[in-house]
Amino acid sequence: MRAGPCLRPVGPLSCARRPRPFRPRIQNRSGTLFAYLAKRLLFMLPLLLGITLISFAVIHLAPGSTVDLETSMNPRVSAEARERLRHLYGLDQPLHVQYGRWLKRLATLDLGESFAPDHRPVKDKILERIPVTLTIELLALGLIFAVAVPLGVASAVRQYSLFDKISTVVVFVGFAIPTFWLALLLMILFGVKLGWLPISGIRSLDHDSLSAAGKIADYARHLALPVFLSAFGGLAGLSRYMRSNMLEVIRQDYITTARAKGLPENDVIYRHALRNALLPVVTILGLSLPALIGGAVIFESIFAIPGMGQLFYQGVLARDYPLIMGILVIGAVLTLVGNLLADICYALVDPRIRVGG
Amino acid sequence: MKRAMAMVLAALFLAAAGCGKQRKGLEPVPDVPGDQDKPAYGDTLVDSSTADAINLIPILASDGASHAIAGLTYNSLVSYDGTLNLYGDLADHWEVSPDGRTMTFHLRDGVRWQDGRPLTAEDVLFTYRLIINPKTPTAYSESYKQVKDARVVDPHRIRFTYDKPYCPAMESWASLSILPKHLLEGKDVTKSPLVRRPMGTGPYKLDRWITQNQIVLESNHDYFMGRPWIERSVTRVIPDTATQFLELKSGGIEQMSLTPTQWSRQTVSKEFLAAFNKYKYPVSAFTYLAFNLRDPRFADRRVRQAISYAIDRDEIVRGVLLGLGEPGVGPYVPSTKWFNKNLKPYPHDPARAKALLAEAGWKDTNGDGILDRDGRPFDFEIITNNGNAERLKTCVIIQQRLKDVGIRVSIRPIEWAAFISDFIDKKRFEATVLGWSIGLDPDQYDIWHSSKTKPKELNFISYRNADVDALLEEGRRNCGERERKKIYDRLQEVMWEDQPEIFLYVPYALVTVNRRFHGIEVTPRGIGDRWWNRWYVPKPLQRGQIQP
Repeated sequence: MRAGPCLRPVGPLSCARRPRPFRPRIQNRSGTLFAYLAKRLLFMLPLLLGITLISFAVIHLAPGSTVDLETSMNPRVSAEARERLRHLYGLDQPLHVQYGRWLKRLATLDLGESFAPDHRPVKDKILERIPVTLTIELLALGLIFAVAVPLGVASAVRQYSLFDKISTVVVFVGFAIPTFWLALLLMILFGVKLGWLPISGIRSLDHDSLSAAGKIADYARHLALPVFLSAFGGLAGLSRYMRSNMLEVIRQDYITTARAKGLPENDVIYRHALRNALLPVVTILGLSLPALIGGAVIFESIFAIPGMGQLFYQGVLARDYPLIMGILVIGAVLTLVGNLLADICYALVDPRIRVGG
Repeated sequence: MKRAMAMVLAALFLAAAGCGKQRKGLEPVPDVPGDQDKPAYGDTLVDSSTADAINLIPILASDGASHAIAGLTYNSLVSYDGTLNLYGDLADHWEVSPDGRTMTFHLRDGVRWQDGRPLTAEDVLFTYRLIINPKTPTAYSESYKQVKDARVVDPHRIRFTYDKPYCPAMESWASLSILPKHLLEGKDVTKSPLVRRPMGTGPYKLDRWITQNQIVLESNHDYFMGRPWIERSVTRVIPDTATQFLELKSGGIEQMSLTPTQWSRQTVSKEFLAAFNKYKYPVSAFTYLAFNLRDPRFADRRVRQAISYAIDRDEIVRGVLLGLGEPGVGPYVPSTKWFNKNLKPYPHDPARAKALLAEAGWKDTNGDGILDRDGRPFDFEIITNNGNAERLKTCVIIQQRLKDVGIRVSIRPIEWAAFISDFIDKKRFEATVLGWSIGLDPDQYDIWHSSKTKPKELNFISYRNADVDALLEEGRRNCGERERKKIYDRLQEVMWEDQPEIFLYVPYALVTVNRRFHGIEVTPRGIGDRWWNRWYVPKPLQRGQIQP
């Protein structure tokens, strides 16, 4: 068995077509699955350790440290004050000692305290951002699937038709347009000219005085543009992928058989072909796991959304090492878990694997 | 499938359009008849900030956003008004002993913390001790360590004694926000709830702070200088300035700093001016071209003067700031009281520049258009920090002008952290375009004094001039305003002659505020001086409830 899961975190096209590392005989004895799981989980540990080690080294390679960025070019800061701050943050220790300390804390699931002047626990800072990012990403992912899957199927069924061509152009335009630019255009249209939607933020100033339904509507209006935009950019990948899957399936013998049996075309397409073409999508879902909390920097800046992307970006700018490491570790864990889940789910849902053993 | 898709899209647009009661921006604000234009309590001022506050205990914060909020909730002993004169803030008055070493502050009567406890000199002493405590993670303790002895005379008086006269001390007291002893004593200040929930003496108190989203302040009705007219102050965090501008135009925020392009092209329509007033005033900052003076070429004063003559400052102000700034003369902002009004910017005079360069031995001997000396052509590299378009454009204009006199310049923008730690701190640069912001006190010892040239210190250009050193030291010792004015006038003359840096320009702050807000005055320091007791919305223009 090959242990190395695909490490490219996002993007439907990136990892899905690799040879499956695992075709276990799941239903033979339940013990096999658990042994397999245990083994995979065990292999993850050194991998995770390696990721953290490299991340830690790389972020410390970037010039400047927390203290420099906080105090440089400031006449009111003495050299002695700077040294004292370095000591308070533990930055005067050699790198391996710093890493050791960080690792020790991580072992107790403590991500440490942020180096930002608020000194809040990294865990709190991350937890406070996750709901927004998760909501937007889930909605966007839902929208992508709801639109891209039918679009891909329809394109495949009518390959090279006008519809196929137009939809191809549209999804690629969505993929290619810089989000920030389209975002500004939509903000001008819906926010300034028409006045239908708020421009930025996730809640109105009078949010607290609204009724429960009003609050939801308020959130919905604020999230409409961000969700639409982030889905629009993601349509291309999945719809193209769905289209090629579908094309592949349609050419299979069992589809010919189904047609030969005299089944109506709709049954052939939606009952037989679609189901099989959908299988690899499971993998994409698994691989989307880390992206769910990843957020997006430019996007969040433009819409003033207090999400993970901004938190990470600001952490990097301020060289807030504990925060950066905290987010990277969570991302790494989710990537590894996502890969594992994708592998398992794939095996569970693919009838060929189940039957073939 | 298609139906589902259509339904999703329809739902989205319904959600968008259905609740479309969003107010459109640029609602004209009518004029108010004179008899109704009276200060009145009420309304909300919505401002925006590109970054969220981090820590609302001022001595722990180093970012502008935190200080802006904390400044509304806390007070210092003294403060500077719009013309850079000191006034008593928490201190009713103060005395400086004739030898300039002792300062006694008399606190106002009846100042209360927002929780009702009275403010006493003990709070001041506590704050001072907190900031000099080595365990407090603050970078700003330096000026307070100059204090030799701090003593509470009585509950309303506190006295600080210095080893030697130290004139910038007043600025340090103006920048120290006094914290409540009864809430912080004996606790780890970094873990205090006050980090997120300030409790001060100031004109506003925190209502709520939603991280990376908004900070809502409510007026302190018992504020010792009078209840602020504007009931609520909201700061929305909007990281993108383009978004800020759209929010401004749609009524989501009511105040914003504009870019020169926005000022002169995008905010000139009748509709805009019917809804917003615009204000401009010089920022307390200047942008300069500095040389590494350890480089023998630049150590020659004639070369620096020549470069100064070769550059057309008006052209830079026109090209980079669209005319919204002033040409630089020296390290003080024209229009402030410390500026030496007898000095004028170096004129653009390429002939004189060439003559000075020739005098310094730089001539074009091989006819390639580039000056040379001892077989080496005169070329150098200007570095600046990445992402600052104004500075980059300035570099390009300088590059062109210096080419005219035979100096070849290349330009390299570098990411800020690397710029500081790998180039400036290590003095690995030939020339740089950067900016300084100027403090409220005229003391600029850290930037120009020859003792401040060690690594990471601010005289990174390695400027050494005995006259300048002497004047800087004198300016710290003679605290009388007239003496100081003379000293710093002389300092500017010496620097004008010496051109340690080429002072390029002072940009204008370009601010626009909704026309509802009356009582806004422009002072040399801007429009913000004690705005809470000045700005108001006349009753007929007030909005009952805040809107999105």
